[in-house]
Amino acid sequence: MSEKKAIRVAYGEALAELGAVNDKIVALDADLSHSTMTHKFADKFPKRFFNAGIAEANMVDMAAGLASMGYIPFVSTFAIFGTGRAYEQVRNGCAYSGFNVKFAFSHAGITLGEDGGSHQSIEDISLMRVIPGMTIVVPCDANETKRAVKALADMTGPAYLRMARLPSIVFDEEMPFQLGKANVLRQGSDAVIFACGIMVHEALEAAKTLKEQGMSVEVVNVHTIKPIDRETILASAKKCGKVVTVEEHSIIGGLGDAVADVLIGNGDFKFKKIGVNDRFGQSGTPAALLEEYGLTAKHIAEAVKNL
Amino acid sequence: MNLASLEKTCRAVRRDIINLTADAASGHPGGSLSAVEILTVLYFDQMNIDPENPAKEDRDRFVLSKGHAAPALYGVLAERGYFDKSQFKSFRKINGMLQGHPDCKRCPGVEASTGSLGQGVSIAVGMALGSKLQDKGAKIYTLLGDGELQEGQVWEAAMAAAHYKLDNLTVIIDHNGLQIDGSNDQVMSLGNISDKFKAFGFEVIEVDGNDMQAVSDAFHVPVSGKPKCVLAHTVKGKGVSYMENQAGWHGKGPNEEERQAALKELED
Repeated sequence: MSEKKAIRVAYGEALAELGAVNDKIVALDADLSHSTMTHKFADKFPKRFFNAGIAEANMVDMAAGLASMGYIPFVSTFAIFGTGRAYEQVRNGCAYSGFNVKFAFSHAGITLGEDGGSHQSIEDISLMRVIPGMTIVVPCDANETKRAVKALADMTGPAYLRMARLPSIVFDEEMPFQLGKANVLRQGSDAVIFACGIMVHEALEAAKTLKEQGMSVEVVNVHTIKPIDRETILASAKKCGKVVTVEEHSIIGGLGDAVADVLIGNGDFKFKKIGVNDRFGQSGTPAALLEEYGLTAKHIAEAVKNL
Repeated sequence: MNLASLEKTCRAVRRDIINLTADAASGHPGGSLSAVEILTVLYFDQMNIDPENPAKEDRDRFVLSKGHAAPALYGVLAERGYFDKSQFKSFRKINGMLQGHPDCKRCPGVEASTGSLGQGVSIAVGMALGSKLQDKGAKIYTLLGDGELQEGQVWEAAMAAAHYKLDNLTVIIDHNGLQIDGSNDQVMSLGNISDKFKAFGFEVIEVDGNDMQAVSDAFHVPVSGKPKCVLAHTVKGKGVSYMENQAGWHGKGPNEEERQAALKELED
């Protein structure tokens, strides 16, 4: 755990690699290709890259049309615009028609940073979760992102890849990646933390701190929010009894609620959701924002201890 | 094009529209009737399609962006042999193949699920991009309502169609002048539709959209390096005297008495 690399950079590289082996892959962007990193694909395969200009609604439905012609479109913009402005195009134009469109939206969450609350998507997982048939993946690091891009291209149906902006820790371990299968990264028995995205690293740090204080904490990387891995989540929750979820997203409708849906009616658990607590984001450095919104290892450790 | 035969087909499709909306006691007869000639020319003369093999790879595609005209599309698809008319009883019914607005997962011949206005035209632009990549010569057609032009997304799509020089795309406007709350000009003026599409980079051809020869001629006008817009002036409720030019027949089905009166007017 030394190197740092942005998840969106890994996405751009993975998409370009995929384009070389699969000529059905096409990419669309809305004038943000140097931020979402689709320019890496565009540079290599200009004929299979379509810039929609600043017109997200049209872009998403163009992807539907390309999918209907047998292509596998990866559509990219910021999460706030892709899942917000173009929501009904995702819902009706793509998912309702059953088209094989991959929504790879970056700059999700408050760690987008200085651009502020207008650009920080805190509701995208929730919005995408309620769409029938939508697969949702929130990769925890650059390596997982590469495996996720390949897995999403290999499956048929609409899918959302949620990506953060900032350079983040790359785990040394080559973690297995199977869609819909959560990874237990650290075994424990006193409490379990379910996390996704860049919060996985914070959860692991919290578990280390707690270990020094005599608490055995399990950490599970729930990279696929939908379909959720009921089996792994139930097994860890039953073993530990105390459950904490952590996500860089609203506590409403995201990972926390997906885990709660699994636990309801299946036992007695102490349960705490950590996330953005029903408030908008704001400008600041990513580190300052994580501190302000209570999303650091320190906050997570506190919450686990107090449960 | 055998005009006499196709006129008979148009009457049959109009009877289908009346029966579908009367049986369902709902649906959109007005904007379906205005589009009958356009759809009949497309499906019986213009498009390279095969009802026996709806997924034929090099087929031309049609997207009904004004998805509420589903009864017209269902009528034409059934008359063309995509499915049996016995399916008509499923229109707007639970678990039915013929949903209130077209559903491509359920109905053969429907290329995209539409009904949310403004989206079908963007999907058609995507298909035209895909067709260029495929290089099998598939042409893409889409039909919009005039009220639909009030959706901003239509103009995003128009910009993209011209930018990507989609000369394999034909955007047809069913310009009957009426929408739910009244005339286009009362609700939200459209200005000069022809000039607007020209300004966006389209070749625009204005025709009487209820005249099949004129519609067909417009489809045959060659274009190169730019998309085509056929601005089709039509009559809402065309062919049923009491429905013609009545905004009130946008979204309701005829009762039994009205059905019989309409069918009488549409006899061969």
